[in-house]
Amino acid sequence: MSDFPLLVVENLRKYFPVAPSLSDLFSRRPPKIVKAVDGVSFSLARGEVLAIVGESGCGKTTIARTLIGLEQETEGRILFDGQPIGMRERRTLAGLAMLESTTPAARDVQTLPRLPLKRLRQQAQMIFQDPYESLNPRATIFEIVAEPLVVHGLARQRTEQIARVKAALEDAGLRPAEEYFLRYPHELSGGQRQRVVIAGAMVLSPKLLIADEPVSMLDVSIRAEILNLLRDLRQQRGISIVFITHDLGTVSYFADRIAVMYLGRIVETGLTAEVLKNPQHPYTKALLSVVPVPNPRLRRERVILQGETPNPANLPTGCRFHPRCPAAIAPCRVVDPPPIQVSETQQAACLLVKTPSPAP
Amino acid sequence: MSEPPLLRVRHLTTEFLLADAGQRARAVEDVSFDVYPGQTVGLVGESGCGKTTVLMSILRLLPANAEIRGQVFFRGIDLLTLTERQMRERRWKDISIVFQGAMNALNPVMRVGEQIREAITLHGLMPPNEAEVRVGELLELVGIPKERGAQYPFQYSGGMRQRAMIAMALACSPGLLFADEPTTALDVMVQAQILELLQGIQRKLGLAIVLVTHDLGVVAEMCDTVVVMYSGKVVEYGPVDVIFNAPQHPYTQNLLQAFPDLARPGTVLACIPGAPPRLTDLPPGCRFAPRCPARMQWCDAEVPILREVQPAHFAACHLVKDV
Ligand SMILES: Nc1ncnc2c1ncn2[C@@H]1O[C@H](COP(=O)(O)OP(=O)(O)OP(=O)(O)O)[C@@H](O)[C@H]1O
Ligand SMILES: Nc1ncnc2c1ncn2[C@@H]1O[C@H](COP(=O)(O)OP(=O)(O)OP(=O)(O)O)[C@@H](O)[C@H]1O
Ligand code: SF4
Ligand SMILES: [Mg+2]
Ligand SMILES: [Mg+2]
Repeated sequence: MSDFPLLVVENLRKYFPVAPSLSDLFSRRPPKIVKAVDGVSFSLARGEVLAIVGESGCGKTTIARTLIGLEQETEGRILFDGQPIGMRERRTLAGLAMLESTTPAARDVQTLPRLPLKRLRQQAQMIFQDPYESLNPRATIFEIVAEPLVVHGLARQRTEQIARVKAALEDAGLRPAEEYFLRYPHELSGGQRQRVVIAGAMVLSPKLLIADEPVSMLDVSIRAEILNLLRDLRQQRGISIVFITHDLGTVSYFADRIAVMYLGRIVETGLTAEVLKNPQHPYTKALLSVVPVPNPRLRRERVILQGETPNPANLPTGCRFHPRCPAAIAPCRVVDPPPIQVSETQQAACLLVKTPSPAP
Repeated sequence: MSEPPLLRVRHLTTEFLLADAGQRARAVEDVSFDVYPGQTVGLVGESGCGKTTVLMSILRLLPANAEIRGQVFFRGIDLLTLTERQMRERRWKDISIVFQGAMNALNPVMRVGEQIREAITLHGLMPPNEAEVRVGELLELVGIPKERGAQYPFQYSGGMRQRAMIAMALACSPGLLFADEPTTALDVMVQAQILELLQGIQRKLGLAIVLVTHDLGVVAEMCDTVVVMYSGKVVEYGPVDVIFNAPQHPYTQNLLQAFPDLARPGTVLACIPGAPPRLTDLPPGCRFAPRCPARMQWCDAEVPILREVQPAHFAACHLVKDV
């Protein structure tokens, strides 16, 4: 039962209403919406690491929050371990409308047992960006790591609780674990604190770890330590990881696949080596060109996009990248490019990208 | 280089007197390096290794509990011997700084243009009416449309706020700019924009820059010379190409191996186990010894001095021999 993907995301959308300004109210303009995630599809195999990269504000955190049920999606479907989760599931639970879709795949989905949100929260864990803010300064390391067990009513026996906290701390590389039990976050280094955060996520033995910029606040040497830890967890535990970052350098290090996001959409996806060596989308090319490479002999021509990502409340027409695209042609202003299959594993959504013709 | 250096730092040592009875934290010890006109020098090292303290010591902007020794020659004059009043004459005009994290320190209730004008008039550089024109010039120099000077910081993105801070630092046309982690909180594309801006300004104004960062990629892209610091001391110092392609100090080697490189995907990242020593409890020999993979007995006994391994390339390690 493990040949199907752990996670399937289909056409996920998350829109936020924008609080209207006074002038909006006077002119009775229709309320604006921020299309933070605007039609995203991907899947994640067991034990796979998918990196989601893109500039600030492109919707990475919103995807993560929606995946673990902290936000309710506006549209789309999420299958976790073959079971639908998210809004549609809740609707059905509430006895509201059944799936209105009539495609055979969707009908199959209806017959499957639903995954309660509570179980999802155990099986999919999120690690946040800032190791300094995500730990309660007044709790001991033991209390911090044991908390998810308490919340989920697991390991009620004291001995079992101790055993699981110990195992989680050791998994996160804090050995011997007992030495950390009674310490407080401020007594630990930055790297150790991030390890505690990871232990707190591992204590529930999740199948999926969503790491939102887990190393960007950390020093180079600590960063390597944490990246290596995540890599080991994936190898030894077969855990799947969604790794969110804007740093392509770290991605190249351990992701199997990359999804490049721009303004709420995935514009290119493929195997890591493929995307790094042979990027197809002009946005991916630009992003790659500006990653500082630690070798002065490899100083390259950088494609620096001017300005910043446009406001997702006010999306450009056609290809949403066209106002900043160095390669844009006239049709880009009107046609929203669909994803084009570049190879068996690589896709890019750009009008300039062609499906390679089969070899003669 | 036949030209004399713009800045010559010699044996700079800074100690903080701590509140508890007579304790001293030696945050910077015996730091020496040169900055030539128009050059970019990178100052790298882990958090807490003393990068900011070096800059603040040179500018004499540290709190009263700091004790600074050594020499800091700017165009031949030792800044550490000046009176505070003489120093005030030079700060911002000779050497200016973009503070670490400063883009979040803009006054939220004051228009950005006004804040820049205040910076100009505060340093008594020009009368207010001329200052107005200068604000416009500075904004354009850093790529902000003049009109946006009338806006408040919250109307600026992170990148724009950093540009405004750079404009402020350039207000008095300094010959040397210190930039302390100017791109750390920004994402890659905005980081590239800011670095490009700094390079452009440098070319246009013939400015020398000391760039503090812990991002080795940024150093490789931007710098001519690199100073690698560990626990308050210079462990290696030399031309950028040598530091990245033929580093001699084990710490520099480790640091480079710990840094993910897009050009070498999938390689194993080296870790540097442990943490830097506490400043109040320094090891007797080499400060890196407790974490060093190449450590010998000798390393715990004697402090290694900075030796010239090759012309213009220095390293402080017992494994390294003089030229
Ligand atoms: N609760 C919310 N209400 C309104 N808008 C929101 C909300 N949460 C996010 N947004 C908007 O959605 C967009 C995507 O935000 P998100 O945090 O997902 O981006 P991100 O890719 O994680 O960015 P970063 O790299 O800065 O963390 C942004 O424009 C953001 O302002
Ligand atoms: N006013 C002070 N009093 C006592 N100790 C101080 C003071 N300022 C700095 N220090 C200590 O001096 C050391 C060097 O600090 P500094 O801020 O220069 O490091 P840094 O290399 O700039 O680090 P980062 O990369 O985190 O900015 C640190 O251990 C710090 O705690
Ligand atoms: S479709 Fe056009 S605007 Fe969009 S990325 Fe391709 S070339 Fe650029
Ligand atoms: Mg985010
Ligand atoms: Mg600093």
